[in-house]
Amino acid sequence: MDLINSHPVLDFLHGEKVSFSFDGKIMEGFEGEPIAVALHANGVRIYRRTPEMKRPRGFFCAIGKCSSCFMVVDGIPNVRTCVTPLKKGMKVETQYGRGRILFQPGEEARPCES
Amino acid sequence: MKTSASFESGVLTEERPGAVKPPETLWKEHKGGLVVVECPQRIPCNPCNTSCPTGAIKKFEDINDVPSIDYEKCTGCALCVSKCPGLACFVIDITLGGGLALIKMPYEMLPVPRKGDTVKCLGRTGEMVCEGHVENVAEPLGDRTKVVHVTIPVEAVNDVRAIRVV
Amino acid sequence: MRELTTDVLVVGGGPAGLSAAAEAAGAGAEVIIAESDLHLGGQLVKQSHKFFGSKDEFAGTRGFEIAKILMNEIAQNGDRVKTMLGTTINGYYGDEGVVTAMVGEEEYLRVIPQKIVVASGAQERLLPFPNNDIPGVYGAGAVQTLMNVYGVVPGKRVLMVGAGNIGLIVSYQLLQAGVEVAAILEAMPRIGGYWVHAAKVRRMGVPILLRHSIKRALGGEIVTGAEVNELDEKFDPIGAAERIECDAICLAVGLAPTNELLWQAGCAMKYVPFLCGHVPLRDKYMRTSNENVWMAGDVSGIEEASAAMIEGRIAGLSAAKALGLKVPDEKFDGYRERLRDLRAGEVGEKIRAGVEAVVVGGWEERT
Repeated sequence: MDLINSHPVLDFLHGEKVSFSFDGKIMEGFEGEPIAVALHANGVRIYRRTPEMKRPRGFFCAIGKCSSCFMVVDGIPNVRTCVTPLKKGMKVETQYGRGRILFQPGEEARPCES
Repeated sequence: MKTSASFESGVLTEERPGAVKPPETLWKEHKGGLVVVECPQRIPCNPCNTSCPTGAIKKFEDINDVPSIDYEKCTGCALCVSKCPGLACFVIDITLGGGLALIKMPYEMLPVPRKGDTVKCLGRTGEMVCEGHVENVAEPLGDRTKVVHVTIPVEAVNDVRAIRVV
Repeated sequence: MRELTTDVLVVGGGPAGLSAAAEAAGAGAEVIIAESDLHLGGQLVKQSHKFFGSKDEFAGTRGFEIAKILMNEIAQNGDRVKTMLGTTINGYYGDEGVVTAMVGEEEYLRVIPQKIVVASGAQERLLPFPNNDIPGVYGAGAVQTLMNVYGVVPGKRVLMVGAGNIGLIVSYQLLQAGVEVAAILEAMPRIGGYWVHAAKVRRMGVPILLRHSIKRALGGEIVTGAEVNELDEKFDPIGAAERIECDAICLAVGLAPTNELLWQAGCAMKYVPFLCGHVPLRDKYMRTSNENVWMAGDVSGIEEASAAMIEGRIAGLSAAKALGLKVPDEKFDGYRERLRDLRAGEVGEKIRAGVEAVVVGGWEERT
């Protein structure tokens, strides 16, 4: 992780370091901190692709308002990763297109094939 | 790229209310230095006054006033240097002799210099003005705003307003 | 669906919301604070600079320390204040007296409050230019969160767009985090933020390019630079665009009130450019035209956190009074006087004019 090690006026109190996966690759982050932040610290910049233009999208507003950081987390699409806390063992995936909503209990949600 | 060094871009280009030099005669004989404030815009802010232990920075009629100073009362303690949210207060002592002056400047960057270090002294647009010798590094309010005491050539006192530690 | 009841629901746990909660709870009300982020404090927690204002607004104290002071004040009220993090209030159903809340991504619940203080803050404006959607273009607030709350830098070399207080302060904070600031662009012929904030970054060697704007972000997938243009008096580009190398572009081009809930609540709204968007009409108690809804902070008009905290106190106190709790009336006068002082100067001119346009008299007779 690429973190600020020393700062003139701030101290960073991180939680427990846990591992999670991003598109199958194992990464480390701090539990309870936003998923998007953990990805950024691991050098990930592209979080999703837009449905029509296939444009890359990444970290933008950090307050759960802009939809830029929507990703598929543990099978659930459209997760606002900037305000969703990281948990140990989470499976985080780039979202391609619109997310597909889980309709039936037990049915696996996945992004649209597009 | 055209970088303007204008007042409109945050560079003090001339004396203005709230940003004036101390009276020359008093400054030349006042041991411990006098405060130099560079706060030329009326904004709602008064900690320089409320932190001043001697009343040298006069009480504000309106919180939006620019600071005005009773230099006779200034002891050069530099509490305002440490407290000012705009990092706009400095203390400058020109009584050292030997062509030197002491300037106390706020510093909130890394690395923190140490006593005895030589540092680069920068002007109001970050330009290198001269080298300076660090005499002391204080943290008067324990809030991680350092006040760095640097000796510089006396002719640079109106130009040096920051340091770079390399 | 889970259902909660409370005397006062405070929407947003930033400086205004925390202040409102502290006042309402202090007067004896049961309060729920719903905060969409993972922590309380709102913008305060990422402000590493010392605040302006007077002692009453904690001038000279760093923003994140002010957040701690407010949270301590709230803690004094024990169980009377409950905090719900990761909770977004997303629906207002007045007829039933219900608001709906989304907790995290998957859980929904109903909240039945007697009174609501909306302190939902603001969101950043975007600037239209080619490639403004690619990774590496950030809102200034996002950069602050990333860097000052979580200790992750946005890049190695940042181009800042906008020399208002946020652009200037975030530039200084980038320098503190060891990030280079390539330049600060400002379309106007002068900086918009406090002069002293500009002086702080200028003396560290950061150029402020007045009458300049961004033409496009460069980089196919991720930002690798930007083209910038000088502007003429009509804000049209002049001359050839210049290339600035950077791996992040930070937009600090203004905020707009996060007012959706107020619209839903049927509050009478007005577009006021000086307050940066649609804001509710209000009486002197920060009450909206909906007698059960108050507002405080940036949602009532974009201003400094110091003013937001005072507005929060007025709104929280007034909501408590409307519940029938005993509230000393002179407290209102004290808070209003502080607001008046903060806004009295030249930098408060636009706020004064803006507030003037939305304050109404007469509602306070309602009980």
